[in-house]
Amino acid sequence: MFGLNQKDGQLILIIAILVFLAPFLLNPFPVESELAQFNAGYPDLMQRFIIFGIFAIGFNILFGLTGYLSFGHAAFLGVGSYSAVWMFKLLSMNIIPAVILAVLVSGVFALVIGYISLRRSGIYFSILTLAFAQMSFALAYSVLTPITGGETGLQLALDDPRILGQQITEQGNIPVPSLFGLEMRDSMDVVIGPWLFTFNVGYYVCAIIMMISFYIAVRIFRSPFGMMLRAIKSNQQRVNYTGLYSRPYMLAAFVVSGMYAGLAGGLMAAMDPLAGAERMFWTASGEVVLMTILGGAGTLIGPVLGAGMIKYMENIISKINETILHEWFRWMPDGIEDLVVTLIYPFIGKGWHLTLGIIFMVVVIFLPGGLVEGGQRIMRLFRRRSKSRNTTNSSDTFDSAS
Amino acid sequence: MDAIILQIMNGLDKGSAYALIALGLTLIFGTLGVVNFAHGALFMIGAFCAVTISRILALSHQIIDESKTDFLGNPLKVDVPYVYEWFGSNVGDAIIDWAVPISIVFTIPVMIFLGVIMERGLIKYFYKRPHADQILVTFGLAIVLQEIIKYFFGANPIPTPAPSAFVGSFDFGALVGFDTNQIIYPYWRLVYFLFSAIVIAAVFAFLQFTTFGMVVRAGMADRETVGLLGINIDRKFTIMFGLAAAVAGLAGVMYTPINSPNYHMGMDFLVLSFVVVVVGGMGSLPGAVLAGFLLGVLQSFASMAVIIDLIPGINQVIIYLVAIIILLTRPRGLMGQKGVMED
Repeated sequence: MFGLNQKDGQLILIIAILVFLAPFLLNPFPVESELAQFNAGYPDLMQRFIIFGIFAIGFNILFGLTGYLSFGHAAFLGVGSYSAVWMFKLLSMNIIPAVILAVLVSGVFALVIGYISLRRSGIYFSILTLAFAQMSFALAYSVLTPITGGETGLQLALDDPRILGQQITEQGNIPVPSLFGLEMRDSMDVVIGPWLFTFNVGYYVCAIIMMISFYIAVRIFRSPFGMMLRAIKSNQQRVNYTGLYSRPYMLAAFVVSGMYAGLAGGLMAAMDPLAGAERMFWTASGEVVLMTILGGAGTLIGPVLGAGMIKYMENIISKINETILHEWFRWMPDGIEDLVVTLIYPFIGKGWHLTLGIIFMVVVIFLPGGLVEGGQRIMRLFRRRSKSRNTTNSSDTFDSAS
Repeated sequence: MDAIILQIMNGLDKGSAYALIALGLTLIFGTLGVVNFAHGALFMIGAFCAVTISRILALSHQIIDESKTDFLGNPLKVDVPYVYEWFGSNVGDAIIDWAVPISIVFTIPVMIFLGVIMERGLIKYFYKRPHADQILVTFGLAIVLQEIIKYFFGANPIPTPAPSAFVGSFDFGALVGFDTNQIIYPYWRLVYFLFSAIVIAAVFAFLQFTTFGMVVRAGMADRETVGLLGINIDRKFTIMFGLAAAVAGLAGVMYTPINSPNYHMGMDFLVLSFVVVVVGGMGSLPGAVLAGFLLGVLQSFASMAVIIDLIPGINQVIIYLVAIIILLTRPRGLMGQKGVMED
């Protein structure tokens, strides 16, 4: 299917099904139940899953394939957001030109930064990308205020030209981003028994774009170009000695990955038409690194998993507070209940960063391949068990298998 | 001329902080070959050591003072710090006043202990792993440390004043023969600069003139051979990690009066310190110190009104700009040596 082998085809199909059924899958608990706060099926969060998924897929093309750790990827996200919002201001509220411009501008930006940064490798490359991102952040925050809106961020206004589209709605409001009339924030609520499912236009637009970009990522992974990048990761010197000039490949990977980040930034602006400099801050770059590592760098599905997990934790864990904890542990004796709540309290609510940091450290220490490797290990464990059960008579095969 | 001297002096205190943190980073990198992203967190923990010590020293309990009465005629309750009772009110006052310098004494063992635990408990397992893994695990550790501090001390900056003897500014210009009121410089910044100069000198002297330092330098040059000579180089390097942590901690302690510590100050400094290390040359101790002061001074020059008028926004980006230029023209940094981090 589409030039993919059977396994990749299945993977894409499974992901497509999961993504399109996400409003159901992420809302497993009835609205009235106590567990409803674990529901993640509201449009805002689902859009963020997808958008950061795209961001992480793009980052993975650079880090996962070539091993070059960029600490300044958020700069491209920010540039994408800014250019999309400018498109909304100047042209129309249709998201197509906005997203296209976001991808193009961040691609050019990545070309310039990549051309300079890729002269160095290893930690020097990380520092150079970090320096460029911090520079863009500082400039967007101060001098470039006419273009970026400075501290308040770039927002739409009533008197923006919007030459191709509508300048003001009939009610006298700023129009909302749309796709040929389909407004991004439109959603449809479906009530089935005690459950409530929300289907949001913006989410499905993002989902379709993510499936396309995921497909492109799979093709890149399987292409000769992807093989070349892997070769650079395993031994760049040897690649050079073989007579291959590796820098154009690196640059191409960097630009592609920057364009993915720009796409994510553009979509972010399409869902909520404003852009701020804090999207370029280096903690934002750190976040995408966390996502990719947590899910599994260099794997296809890992970054998406990592992005989903971090965004889920950010939204759900930070919502839990002390009263909810007391609610949960009410069945315990009073003294023990208080003790348990005090023990857990630092890790929830505002302390969710602590949980994130600990999970991240545990993953880097014990599971360098991320969640995907964890899943594979568990699978292997099961397979080995069932295999050893089949061959209990010959104990020597069991030894060699373990 | 006086404006130039003023900018140089303004740059020195920030430069000293950069230099101290970069020195610690380079020590760790040069000895253990580990890129430590948690070093900024150590700086921050040092600052919070000062906060803790000054809180402990100011611990007080209430007693009923019969000599004073409130407006109803009841005896007044007054807070009396414990140190007043133990040492008398004069010495007690002085101790509370000098809490920041006193906390140096406590910070050094705490930081060395922390550094050794960190190295033995975590970093040790990452020598064989790629640099990216080291960056990532220490990055995670930095998040954890910073959140722990946030949990105990809250998210707001905690003002920690300098001893009252050093509060205020003095007229440096008048001392060296310029017009009065041209170069005004706060006392504590001068103290900070002198202090960091002493610490830097002490670290270099320790490496240069002691047997321990000699072994460490030999280990930096060729770890394997030193190990073959029957020296337990791992233990020496562990101690060096503790020492580097202590240097970062000291930088943090003394920085508290200049900038009230908050939980993310470490990260803010870390990014710049990494740039400093790379500009100075990875693994070169004098390079780190030189680049630290150089970038500090450059940054303060770029903040001059004249220069901002000329090139707007230059004060925000000067450090990164210099770093980019240096990395592209002198790839090994100002004083980097061949063969360090070339892969």
